Amino acid sequence: MSLGLFLAQALTGLASAATLFLVSVGLSLVFGITRVVNFAHGAFFMVGAYVGYTLTNYFAASDALSYWLCVVAAAVIVGAIGMAVELLLMRRMYKVPELFQLLATFAVSLLIDDILPIIFGPEDLLAPRVRSLRGGIDLFGARMPVYDLYMIAAAAIVLLLLYIAITRTRWGVLIRAATQDRDMVGALGVNQAWLFTGVFTLGVFLAGLAGALQLGRTSANLGMGTSAITEAFVVVVIGGMGSVTGALVAAILIGELSALGVAYFPQLNLVLMFLIMAAVLAVRPSGLFGKPEALTRQHEFSDEPPLRAISRPLAFAAIALLALLTIAPAVLGTYGLSVVVDVMIAIVFAGSLYLILGPGGLVTFGHACYFGVGAYAVALGIRYAGLSFASALVLAPLAASLFALAFGWLSVRVSGVYFAMLTFALAQIVWSVVFQWYDVTGGDNGLIGLWPTSLSPLVFYFVTLALTAGSIAILGWIPHSALGYALRVTRDSPARAAAIGIDVRLVRLFAFVIASLFAGLAGGLSAFAKGSVFPTAISIGRSIDGLVMVLMGGVESIAGPVVGAAMFYLMQTEILRYTDRWRLVLGVLIILIVLVFPKGVVGSISQRLRGEESR
Amino acid sequence: MTPQHPTAPLLQVRDLLVRYGETLAVNGVSLDVEAGKLIAIIGPNGAGKSTCFNAISGQRPPNAGEVLLDGKSISGLLPETIFSLGVGRTFQVTATVPTMTVRENVQVALISYHRRTFSPWVSARRLYREEADRLLELIGMTGQRDRACGVLAYGDLKRLELAIALANAPRLLLMDEPTAGMAPAERNELMALVARLAADRGIGVLFTEHDIDIVFSLAHRIVVMNRGQLLATGTPDVIRADPRVQEIYLGRDDHTGSAEKQPS
Ligand SMILES: Nc1ncnc2c1ncn2[C@@H]1O[C@H](COP(=O)(O)OP(=O)(O)OP(=O)(O)O)[C@@H](O)[C@H]1O
Ligand SMILES: [Mg+2]
Repeated sequence: MSLGLFLAQALTGLASAATLFLVSVGLSLVFGITRVVNFAHGAFFMVGAYVGYTLTNYFAASDALSYWLCVVAAAVIVGAIGMAVELLLMRRMYKVPELFQLLATFAVSLLIDDILPIIFGPEDLLAPRVRSLRGGIDLFGARMPVYDLYMIAAAAIVLLLLYIAITRTRWGVLIRAATQDRDMVGALGVNQAWLFTGVFTLGVFLAGLAGALQLGRTSANLGMGTSAITEAFVVVVIGGMGSVTGALVAAILIGELSALGVAYFPQLNLVLMFLIMAAVLAVRPSGLFGKPEALTRQHEFSDEPPLRAISRPLAFAAIALLALLTIAPAVLGTYGLSVVVDVMIAIVFAGSLYLILGPGGLVTFGHACYFGVGAYAVALGIRYAGLSFASALVLAPLAASLFALAFGWLSVRVSGVYFAMLTFALAQIVWSVVFQWYDVTGGDNGLIGLWPTSLSPLVFYFVTLALTAGSIAILGWIPHSALGYALRVTRDSPARAAAIGIDVRLVRLFAFVIASLFAGLAGGLSAFAKGSVFPTAISIGRSIDGLVMVLMGGVESIAGPVVGAAMFYLMQTEILRYTDRWRLVLGVLIILIVLVFPKGVVGSISQRLRGEESR
Repeated sequence: MTPQHPTAPLLQVRDLLVRYGETLAVNGVSLDVEAGKLIAIIGPNGAGKSTCFNAISGQRPPNAGEVLLDGKSISGLLPETIFSLGVGRTFQVTATVPTMTVRENVQVALISYHRRTFSPWVSARRLYREEADRLLELIGMTGQRDRACGVLAYGDLKRLELAIALANAPRLLLMDEPTAGMAPAERNELMALVARLAADRGIGVLFTEHDIDIVFSLAHRIVVMNRGQLLATGTPDVIRADPRVQEIYLGRDDHTGSAEKQPS
């Protein structure tokens, strides 16, 4: 490669780094002050692009100055939307558990995801390009897009302004103090609310700015929010949450390595990103410039009652349900049976997530990864190795637990929101690989025609029923076991766990792998049930579905995810008959759960019962 | 296990140094704890007492200096490894599991001590139940053993911490303000129990305590710290007579000295 080409690649990398920096620095700043990871950050980035598109379309067809003004105006509008979201929703969120904060901000992104196509339509939108910003310049014999240079300049200006604001203004002093010491924020008194609003607005403004600037490089499209938030998570995980320097260094690292990686090993780009993240986290679990987290944290389950042996009415209900499902084929037709199968698969998936979320107290946003790996293991095994039904079904949980071993090893090095972001980023990387590796996975078209000719639907129904009953029995049992007890100590009091000889990471990894094994089994079953596999099996949407199922039911016992999964599945099917704006409904549902119904159905009922008993 | 040096004390801390960012929380502290002896660390708020405990038990690895158990270095080892070498500890801010019963809190420590943690098929409720009950009887909490730990009074939580810390039959017991939040009678009772255990079982005890009467009546030796540094070490009589210690405790130094720490 010539020097010119190398330089051009390096500059392209720097331009990507500029976007990465602009997106992630906002995320990181907001976290530093409010301790909220704003999942909707990527969605605001996307809104920036769409608003920018509209403005430039109206006002800036010709000259560069009005183009830049439109970009800034778009960022201001997005910032204003962010401020409204902060005032209406986020204000109520600062005191609630991390899981609910993440879910609420994710709900905002769901709303945005569904509202944008209503306003702008589903097509990709290409902004008009101002002539003076188009074209390229020669650099040692290689061509370099001018716009990339402007991107770099824009990021540099923002960096400079941020630097001045943080080091030279009173507001910056507050920010630094609050980032350093969380208790300081409380001591700020009345100022605190406005500091939070200000920082949140600034963060969203920066996301909008990055989105609008991005218009000069790509079209505005509905997938850009998710990929932006994934990359931003990778950047802040590597750089360290709350650190501007960290965001800068990590953005340059990722931007450059992706750009040069594309030049040298185009297929390995995503794997490269994963390897960098793994390498950094192995050495510095809190990121390059992050501070180690304190071991103790207060968490959401401290008012949970001690575990009790499974009560007799509950055991009776479980047996009755099992009996009912055993005779169901006599009553239900093929369609009815397939619905029951789908519900059972959802139950196994939610049940496996419950183990991590409930007794484990770990918030994962990437559980679909193991479901998807199981599903693809079945599909690929049948397609390329001609596996039988039984052996493919064994392969699914095996493959999922192998992935869980590798990803889990990395993820359990961190906890809290870092764990959530990391599991999310890892799942997204797998999703992207599956999506892009067209030759093997069929990409977007998926793999279809998986139903083995020799398999009768009735046999499959009973296999699923047996596996579901077994899985739920095991997943419900583990919290009562020695491992489950140790797991709850790591959740409630990590410092105590270490002081009584419990290896916190190992216990968490163990539980993570067990849970993923069952998620993989669910995925494998779903590959057969549907007869096909698509990348959506791994998507963030599926992970969120799982979280909502568990939360709707409640995290205190295995009955929660079982009830929650059934309710969620039936509700989704019912609602989808009337509207395809499912994400809008789901977004509102999540916000409702978080604000009014945090204990879930089973949790609320058993709380009622306990209350009445003690009276 | 035979100690390397037959005369070496159970625990030796040498020139311990722990930093929190710019703060030197512990700066060159050395102390010894012999088997069967009670050693107290005293000093005003922020003196670095808890940090010493955390450095010894592995919760916060020291930046410099050495911690020797039976003459072998344990500095920088993980807390779970140090636990397995026979060190038990309590925390100043109690670290118990609110969502378990009192007995289960002790059971889970016993399960870990007996290396049964990674047994997904064993019911934890039945494991080491009698052993846990014996420990609870020792600290006088038999009546509370089935209550949820989250609803206990603070003093009871402190006692539970002691039972948990005894689960690994420790040779060295680290107790960070074990009686904070207790009534005076309760305090004396608990510390008398600790002194008895130390003598009977040959446990070396390192503790901090705000009640100066208890410190001076029970400790075999007292270590005085101030602002991260070692101020004096000696028998209660020597320490009582030390003018520098009196200065701190009579509050002449305006950076230090809280009322509750003044000797009565
Ligand atoms: N996690 C931490 N992060 C930063 N600084 C800390 C931390 N823990 C302790 N410090 C600082 O280290 C110093 C020693 O604190 P330490 O808790 O060891 O004191 P102490 O003697 O136990 O006080 P107390 O009587 O209040 O318990 C103090 O200046 C404290 O502010
Ligand atoms: Mg202390």
